[in-house]
Amino acid sequence: MADDKDVLRDVWFGRIPTCFTLYQDEVTEREAEPFYLLLPRVSYLTLVTDKVKKHFLKVMKAEDVEEIWFEYEGTPLKWHYPIGLLFDLHASNTSLPWSITVHFKNFPERDLLHCPCNSVIEAHFMSSIKEADALKHKSQVINDMQKKDHKQLWMGLQNDKFDQFWAINRKLMEYPTEEGGFRYIPFRIYLTMSDRPFIQKLFRPISPDGHTHTLGDLLKEVYPVAIASDDEAKRYQVVIHGIEPLLETPLQWLSEHLSHPDNFLHISVIPAPSD
Amino acid sequence: MPVSLLWAVDVYGRVFSLSTGGQQWEHCCDAVLEFKRLTAVQQCCWGIACDHHIYLNVHASDVPIRYQEEAYENQRWNPVDNFSDRLLPSDRWQWSDITGLEHKPLDGFLLPSTNWEWEGDWYIDENFGGEPTEKGGWTYAIDFPATYTIDKKWNSCVRRRRWIRYRRYKATDTWAKIPSEGQSGPLPDPFNDISCGGWEISEEPRGRLSLWAVSLQGKVWFRGGIHHHTPEGMSWEEVSLPGEVVQISCGPGDLVWAVLWEGQLIVREGITRDCPQGSSWVVVDSPNPEVGTIHVAVGVSVVWAVTKDNKVWFRRGINSHNPCGSGWIGMVGEMVMISVGLNDQVWAISREDRAVYFRQGVTSTELSGKAWKAVSVPRDGDIRPNSSTSTSSLHSAGCFFSGEVRAQSVMSEDSDTEADPQRAVHEMLSDRETKRDGAAATSIPEEEVTPGDAEAKSPPPALVLSPSQSGGPGDPQWSTVDLEEAQTHLAVGPAAGRGDSSDTCSLSSVVTCMLGLEGLYGPDDHPLWAWVSGGGCAVDCHTQLNWFNSVTALTSSIQAMSLSVSPAQTAAWRKQIFEQLNERSKREIDNFKHYEQAIEQSVWVKKGTMQWWRDWKPHKWVDVRFALEQFSGPEGHKDGIVFLYYNFNEEKKYLHAFINEVTILVPVLNDSKHTFAIYTAERTKQRWPIKLAAATEMEMHDWLALLSVSCCDSRGIQGPPSKQAIWSITCKGDIFVSEPWPSLEACPYPTPCDQMFWRQVGGHLRLVECNSVGVVWGLGYDHTAWVYTGGYGGGFFQGLASSTDNIFTQTDVKSVYIYENQRWNPVTGYTSRGLPTDRYMWSDATGLHECTKASTKPPSPHWTWVTEWAVDYGVSGGTDREGWQYAADFPTSYHGYKTLKDFVRRRRWARKCKLTTTGPWQEVPPIPLSDVTILPCGDQSVVEQIPLWAISNKGDVLCRLGVTLLTPAGTSWLHVGTDQPFKSISIGGASQVWAIARDGSAFYRGSVSTQNPAGDCWYHIPSPARQKLKQVSVGRTSVYTVDENGTEMFPRYYSFARLSVYVFNVALSVQVWIIADKVQGSHSLSCGTVCHRLGVQPMEPKGQAWDYGIGGGWDHITVRGNNIEAPRVRMPSLTDALRPPSTLAARPLPAGNTENGNAVQC
Repeated sequence: MADDKDVLRDVWFGRIPTCFTLYQDEVTEREAEPFYLLLPRVSYLTLVTDKVKKHFLKVMKAEDVEEIWFEYEGTPLKWHYPIGLLFDLHASNTSLPWSITVHFKNFPERDLLHCPCNSVIEAHFMSSIKEADALKHKSQVINDMQKKDHKQLWMGLQNDKFDQFWAINRKLMEYPTEEGGFRYIPFRIYLTMSDRPFIQKLFRPISPDGHTHTLGDLLKEVYPVAIASDDEAKRYQVVIHGIEPLLETPLQWLSEHLSHPDNFLHISVIPAPSD
Repeated sequence: MPVSLLWAVDVYGRVFSLSTGGQQWEHCCDAVLEFKRLTAVQQCCWGIACDHHIYLNVHASDVPIRYQEEAYENQRWNPVDNFSDRLLPSDRWQWSDITGLEHKPLDGFLLPSTNWEWEGDWYIDENFGGEPTEKGGWTYAIDFPATYTIDKKWNSCVRRRRWIRYRRYKATDTWAKIPSEGQSGPLPDPFNDISCGGWEISEEPRGRLSLWAVSLQGKVWFRGGIHHHTPEGMSWEEVSLPGEVVQISCGPGDLVWAVLWEGQLIVREGITRDCPQGSSWVVVDSPNPEVGTIHVAVGVSVVWAVTKDNKVWFRRGINSHNPCGSGWIGMVGEMVMISVGLNDQVWAISREDRAVYFRQGVTSTELSGKAWKAVSVPRDGDIRPNSSTSTSSLHSAGCFFSGEVRAQSVMSEDSDTEADPQRAVHEMLSDRETKRDGAAATSIPEEEVTPGDAEAKSPPPALVLSPSQSGGPGDPQWSTVDLEEAQTHLAVGPAAGRGDSSDTCSLSSVVTCMLGLEGLYGPDDHPLWAWVSGGGCAVDCHTQLNWFNSVTALTSSIQAMSLSVSPAQTAAWRKQIFEQLNERSKREIDNFKHYEQAIEQSVWVKKGTMQWWRDWKPHKWVDVRFALEQFSGPEGHKDGIVFLYYNFNEEKKYLHAFINEVTILVPVLNDSKHTFAIYTAERTKQRWPIKLAAATEMEMHDWLALLSVSCCDSRGIQGPPSKQAIWSITCKGDIFVSEPWPSLEACPYPTPCDQMFWRQVGGHLRLVECNSVGVVWGLGYDHTAWVYTGGYGGGFFQGLASSTDNIFTQTDVKSVYIYENQRWNPVTGYTSRGLPTDRYMWSDATGLHECTKASTKPPSPHWTWVTEWAVDYGVSGGTDREGWQYAADFPTSYHGYKTLKDFVRRRRWARKCKLTTTGPWQEVPPIPLSDVTILPCGDQSVVEQIPLWAISNKGDVLCRLGVTLLTPAGTSWLHVGTDQPFKSISIGGASQVWAIARDGSAFYRGSVSTQNPAGDCWYHIPSPARQKLKQVSVGRTSVYTVDENGTEMFPRYYSFARLSVYVFNVALSVQVWIIADKVQGSHSLSCGTVCHRLGVQPMEPKGQAWDYGIGGGWDHITVRGNNIEAPRVRMPSLTDALRPPSTLAARPLPAGNTENGNAVQC
């Protein structure tokens, strides 16, 4: 019998095999070999691509290098989204490895945030955790933590230390037994077909009459289109961490086990493959 | 904690029970009569019904109460008739008891009461001292009385045989009437109060109880002879009194208090093991001299009292030396009665709302508790009588119960109407009338009142409402008793009581008179209680009870299921997530393992200071620095090294061990240091681990948890143990588990078992048994049975090293023993002044170490004392009345009586201590076990029953029903009758069940199959070489036993000086593992070592040599889960070796283990 702990491990150690190629118009001194890397699904692009950067800088002149950014099939990839989310949103159902194009020029100011250093990622990550805890526990848990605990969360993510991260993060996943769950579930629903970046609403894990809310309940409330009615073909896939949980999965369980390290449940709603 | 019951009687005399696991009062439906008093203990409940007779309700158990009657048939040889029943005139009776002095014809045995039944007919006992006799069961001797032998000799002139027959107590879970007869005919007057207790006075005979009763005339009676085999007791004895008693209370121990009519209290003194009824009374004044006491309740070391003004009092300073205590303390709350239950927990019924209250926060240090909390749970099929009905029924019930006493209480209790009882009754009646009118006006639910009835006829009192009639609302089958009748009763009451003073009072009268006066039927219509008894209710201040706020019944049903796999675990959505995550890692990771990782792993170091038991002589604790360096190995596995930096001759040195070479981390807690040991394969060979001591327990646990996780990481082990896992237990009760490798059984070069990696699992056990499909049971030191929940971690493993949803609290209790030694001298007799050469006057069992009552500590800081020191009478060899054992000198064998040659004596003192921890175990109540065995079976469907047998701590053989993969705890026990207590059991291939009886004889259970899980009869197998056997373990084709000297009996008497053996074998791999007594390593010697028999094969069951594994304090191992087939050449004759079980069953009395010899030879 597999334990729920194994889910946490599987989520943490999820990897996406990626092939980085330099954008064809970049000026190089010699031909740039593609670079292959296993990217942690729960991390951030700019946090884990030091090696990529180093690899391509070897063939480039310093004056040709501006801020690095990544693009997949014409879509600039937002570094402040977790890598797994980017992949699910843009590249699921494509063949692996995931082919990402690396740019060093023409930063798409309109689409992407600048990421000059890791402390920017840290600030973004910590603000997500704080927002999530505001939803879950009125910020009580995160505020009770010490500075070093916050640091440990970040260091855990940065250094891919599962134990280090979860030693602290489990406190964020606790809730009073009598309430049966968090106050609100921190979730974001991403749509590929929409201009809105994502949908985020207040949603409780338990209905007022005491029933457990499921993933299906959430979608019905927030984005009913995602659920295929019985008579029509499935139009959308609801993907979290590269898998499609059943709609009857309790939301509270999902939030505890399939949240990203930023404590948000990132749900991608993508068009079902047409075949 | 097993479920137990709180009993209560409502004002209508209906009996209800509330389970500690439940959330509603269950109506005790088979109580045909109304009851007025109850006194409960864990195994039964006594009560006084409205007919003033005493009734007993023995709770049904999976093990029936059965009693063995025996008689001896004696014969003498004469030349004419050979052996015949023609005896000499000077001889004993032809049918006699064992001594021959008493005439015991078989037809003279009668059932003690109608509550008993015969189990079968008389039959001959063919077992004689552990050995089977010839057919007929005769044993021979030269003459009566003499030593009997099995063999008939030339000079055997007499013979005898034993007949046995069982009777069984059949009146369980029902109210059985106890005839009220004293030593000389029926008792003069009926009973008014009853109290049961005293089970802690003595453990012998088993289940002994004291029952005290008060008659209506105020006499006190003691019922003796109540114990497990005679639950009804023998007879009533009158106890002389200084006055007239109204109520009595008896605690679990030697505390008995009673209330006198005048309001004082009396305390029984001189209650001892030999004299449970005590010797004399001491009078204690009422807490308030103005207001007499009406009720008293006692526990182990507490006394609570209620005075006539309903004030509650707690008695200060009660202990075993001072049963009278020292003073009263007034408590908050107004109660009508109080009951003290187990663990001195307190229950009460409040004056105001007649609800049952529980005293919160009662602990051993704060016996008076903190606050009253109302028990608010609904009753099943709650009856909501309309107002008028209830009033009249109350009145009539009152008359019924208390007769003349009632009226007096009306006067005493109702202060308004005290002066004029006639008026009081009138007021009560008119009050009732108005209330009825009022109730009618506010329209009480209509289905309860037949229209027209309410006004036209007087409402029917519930005088003789039988349970079936009062089944529920909407079924108004009232018995029709006229109001006149009730009124007559009421009228009689005051008349009879008129002449008496107003301050006499009995509790029953308090109860009844209160009823009429209270606002009984408020809008919430809560039950009104008259009596509560918590004597059988096992709760303490930590128990989670769901009694205090009404939660829906759904929760309780979910809790009831929690022993099996929780439904959420099997939910489709969860399965889907697990499957998809597996697919995801296959898709996204497995094919791309050669890719570089984005984040490089770095080295991570944890440092600390510790003490180390240094390797060289003189051995002593030295301060060292300790560090664990962790890094990622080449394959992505985490690995690490532990370093130990020390100074040697001013020189800095270090010692290190690779984490992936560490085989086990063992906590070695003792009372002075927080110690643990690190073993590697090499150190196991040396029998010399790295022993370290941390400064605090917390620090030690941190290190142990961290090192343990590192070790598991380095070996790629995570999550719960596999189904094949080998489980073992240390003598400290710590549980370890190891994943077996196929190469352990490899032939001819197996992996040495000192390389096995053991990791700890939370919990505390004495014995563990498993099978190959993942059913694991354990037994605690206190004989509690535990079933493995499938989790891991617990104990000091926190956070990620531990699973979350299947870790539970586990407790264990064991006794610590010390000995008091004395030497005789001609002047003063036995004194504690020994010879200079003698042992300590207070010592351990060996006499080598001094152990005084004050200095002896619990085994480790995890244990806390839960009792005081007490003399232990249950020592083998017997004791005298004060617990002494005598001997000629120290140290020799001791006997329980004094002879002229005895110059020394000793007695054993015991003190219980308790440990609380957590682990993946759940209790299987209620029967305590001493051995358990599970059939090692192959792949099974989840619903298929798995045979599991056990032996209770009383020696009963039990077969568990309903054990499946989904419900590893099973559902119930099936008792398998035996003629004597058993001590070891094992079930092997093809459901062969073998067992060892306490007398050392071996038995085989015939016809055990899936259809007939308990088999049909026992076959006595002669022991090898007439050895007394101790333990048995059965494989598929061979049976291995251990005799009492610790010698193993292999199928053909190959013996080794070892302690115990545990066996498992399957079709191909035959595994024999034992715990050896002593194993010499290169550095040191270890006791209790895991050993593995090499070269055991179906053709060669005795194997070739021992391979020594982890050791030093191991107690138990089970390899019965390991059915991994060893890489081995298939034997051509294998199929022959597997004897079908039918062959075994067809030969009921095979010649012992030669059959196994045959089995492996053919």
